[in-house]
Amino acid sequence: MKKIIKYVIIDILRNKIILAYTAFLLVLSFSIFSLEDNAAKGLLGLLNIILIIVPLVSIVFSTIYVYNSAEFIELLVSQPLKRRTIWMSLFSGLSSSMVLAFLVGAGIPVFIYQPDITGVMMLLIGVLLSVIFVAIAMLAAVKTRDKAKGIGIAVLLWLYFSLLFDGFVLFLVFQFSDYPVEKMMVVVSMFNPLDLARIMILLKMDVSALMGYTGAVFKDFFGTGIGMLLSFSVLLLWSILPVWFSIRKFNTKDL
Amino acid sequence: MIIANNVSKQFGSLKALNNFSVTCNKGECIALIGPNGSGKTTFIKTILGMVVCDSGFVTVNGFNIKNDWQYRSNIGYMPQTGRYPENMTIGQVLEMMQDIRGQKNNLELDEDLIERFEIKSLLNKRMRTLSGGTRQKISAALAFLFNPELLILDEPTAGLDPLSSEILKEKIIEEKKKGKLILITSHILSELDDLVTQVIYMQDGCLCFHKTIEQLKEDTGQTKLAKAIAQVMLNN
Amino acid sequence: MKRILLITILGICVVFFADAKTIKVGASKKCTTIQQALMFASNGDTVMVNKGMYHEKNLIISKRIALIGIDYPVLDGELKYEVVAIKASGVLMQGFKVIRSGVSSMEDFAGIKIYNCRDVIIRDNILENTFFGIYSQYGINCTIEKNKLTASSSEEQQSGNGIHCWKSDSMRIIGNFITGHRDGIYFEFVTNSIIWRNNSEKNLRYGLHFMFSSNDSYIANIFKNNGAGVSVMFSHDVKMIHNYFEENWGDGSYGILLKEISDGIIENNRFVKNTVGIYMEGTSRIKMNGNVFEKNGWAMKIQASCMDITVTGNNFLNNTFDMSTNGSLVLNTFNGNFWDKYEGYDLNKDHVGDIPYRPVSMYSVIIEKNPPAMILFRSFITTLLDKTEKVLPSLTPENFKDAFPLMKPLRL
Repeated sequence: MKKIIKYVIIDILRNKIILAYTAFLLVLSFSIFSLEDNAAKGLLGLLNIILIIVPLVSIVFSTIYVYNSAEFIELLVSQPLKRRTIWMSLFSGLSSSMVLAFLVGAGIPVFIYQPDITGVMMLLIGVLLSVIFVAIAMLAAVKTRDKAKGIGIAVLLWLYFSLLFDGFVLFLVFQFSDYPVEKMMVVVSMFNPLDLARIMILLKMDVSALMGYTGAVFKDFFGTGIGMLLSFSVLLLWSILPVWFSIRKFNTKDL
Repeated sequence: MIIANNVSKQFGSLKALNNFSVTCNKGECIALIGPNGSGKTTFIKTILGMVVCDSGFVTVNGFNIKNDWQYRSNIGYMPQTGRYPENMTIGQVLEMMQDIRGQKNNLELDEDLIERFEIKSLLNKRMRTLSGGTRQKISAALAFLFNPELLILDEPTAGLDPLSSEILKEKIIEEKKKGKLILITSHILSELDDLVTQVIYMQDGCLCFHKTIEQLKEDTGQTKLAKAIAQVMLNN
Repeated sequence: MKRILLITILGICVVFFADAKTIKVGASKKCTTIQQALMFASNGDTVMVNKGMYHEKNLIISKRIALIGIDYPVLDGELKYEVVAIKASGVLMQGFKVIRSGVSSMEDFAGIKIYNCRDVIIRDNILENTFFGIYSQYGINCTIEKNKLTASSSEEQQSGNGIHCWKSDSMRIIGNFITGHRDGIYFEFVTNSIIWRNNSEKNLRYGLHFMFSSNDSYIANIFKNNGAGVSVMFSHDVKMIHNYFEENWGDGSYGILLKEISDGIIENNRFVKNTVGIYMEGTSRIKMNGNVFEKNGWAMKIQASCMDITVTGNNFLNNTFDMSTNGSLVLNTFNGNFWDKYEGYDLNKDHVGDIPYRPVSMYSVIIEKNPPAMILFRSFITTLLDKTEKVLPSLTPENFKDAFPLMKPLRL
């Protein structure tokens, strides 16, 4: 397995896109931090990068990569290797490259401008989101044979998680504005890794506002040790489950 | 060595394999023949585990391939069109394959074809820059590289120049003499004359017949394989 | 010259009070209890109390004396009594440690209580686990200075206020440290008084609680981490200057809650990390100037019932929301502040932005109406909504704006 991961990573690194992504993140984060006069606004910009760009690049790049690796996968499948090993290697290679790109691109600026708990939390969340969206991409890619369709689905999934889901939640909030929906909202947020990630960062960033109103309910849940543990577990689950389903599918897939 | 028992595989409405059963033994060199879309490649891919059959089972060396993956270390496979990671060089591909299959450290490598095809001089070329013929050479070299007991060659000479084609044929004959099982599909039947000992003829995913070449010639009254098969097709 | 004058005045004092005697109290002295000493004492005497533990039950001071503790002698109320009751004007009480007053839901037991008298000075005492700390009832011109009050009850019902003034006038509350009480400092019907340089933190309810008290000032105090911040209600002509309001966190917790206040001044204060910096309701004619709002959830919430609030020359930095309001009527002005969220430009380089700033974001309006929507804060969709609102205002009040936003923060 290590060997295949090695070849996948070598192949991805040879791909210019991942280098461009790293450079893009690096330039973006540096400019955000140096243009804004206070670091907190820089963090806000970084939050948008983490919540929008990281998932988008992770899911689209991974989907395309899996399709483009069809030959490679075919070659490997005819060799004495377990399919699970091949797929897991692909996943590990992809996610570790995305994580590496993110850590270099966003981590260096954060450690220069914001080396505190909020910054570390953001990096941690960014890493988790990279892995989660690689996992979702692998599931999308294994489910559809057609490349164009697969990429389309990947983009739609991104749109769903970053926009449509929240629109739906907003709709729910207004529909049920006469009811105490705070606890339900906590549960609903578990169904979108981006929401969960965002709330966990907000707890570090907008702690004053979250303490008021319903914020207190959220804080009481997400802010406690158990809530934090649960949130991280759910995020981990978000990265494990899609991979697990995709392995099951890949194991019986005809090449 | 290979036993296929009632193997069926359906792609959408197309029945690629329909209750297909066959037995292949060591030391045989078998030609897998049939019209386009008769299920030859599907059968090969089933043996390799690239296609998972809907029903029936295939055993290789007595192991059901469904639950096993190590049996593939005894197989050398040359695909119809060799597709490789585009960004890698030939050297890297060879190295990677050795890396992956080198689990038995004392494995003796058969670099015969690498030398005869003069691949060593091309090691730094990227896969995407290669012509179809060169790719075929790489595929062939890789199939023989690990000295497998079972060789599966899907259209081995397609795209090869006559010289290379001859080299490959010689190599196949050499390996046959070593007592390996060799499975070949080809449309150029004249090439198979000197090679094969048996013929499996498929049509619409079904086995039409599985005969030794002598038997076939006797039945059809022809001396050449090509003519014999043409006769069969006519009769059908 | 100054020194000579001082010595002369001192000399005159010594001559004037020549007949005043000093009575010492202690285990080895003639008087072993303070009660005894008070019996001997007459107006103008000094009672010096040595270090030790004194169970005086309810100590009542009804003569004009100076009661001075040496090395903080302990007055123990045994959780039953009001420890010290001052019922004479001109009393000085200094240097005691007052502990364990009675707790009652019927009576306001205090560590030290001033009854209907004037010119009392309570200075440099330590109060621990008292129900009420220092209590002034009809006190006039009293000074409560440099005392340290600590209570440790966790329930509001079991806890009284730190410094409690009721129907008093011309009080000076200076340099006290108050923690763990219900309200740190409580003013009701207190006029012409000053609260200066106190530190009130971690009290259960308010750091400072102000009701029906007018013409008062509170200056340079620190109110930190109190259950509900500071509350100033039903008063007029209150000046709030140079105070710190920090980390007052929670639902219904405010840096300052202003309710039914008029004609006040809020100047040069700092509001840091509060859930709400200032909450205003039914407030009018307040001038706000030179304040800094930093890292608050909401810098200010101004309800539509406020009018003639002038917010000028303040810095708004790193607040989650700058302003929010509950209506569309705006009778207040917000010109000439620095807002770090301002994204306008300054073409003529006069350091004033050329387009107005709207401190009420659309999302703050949504959250005001529908608090659970907070869960979507800073998500892609809400950012989009906010941007749209900036281009085409529909939900936010049209004239809630700073027409002259500053380009650079003020030096405050």
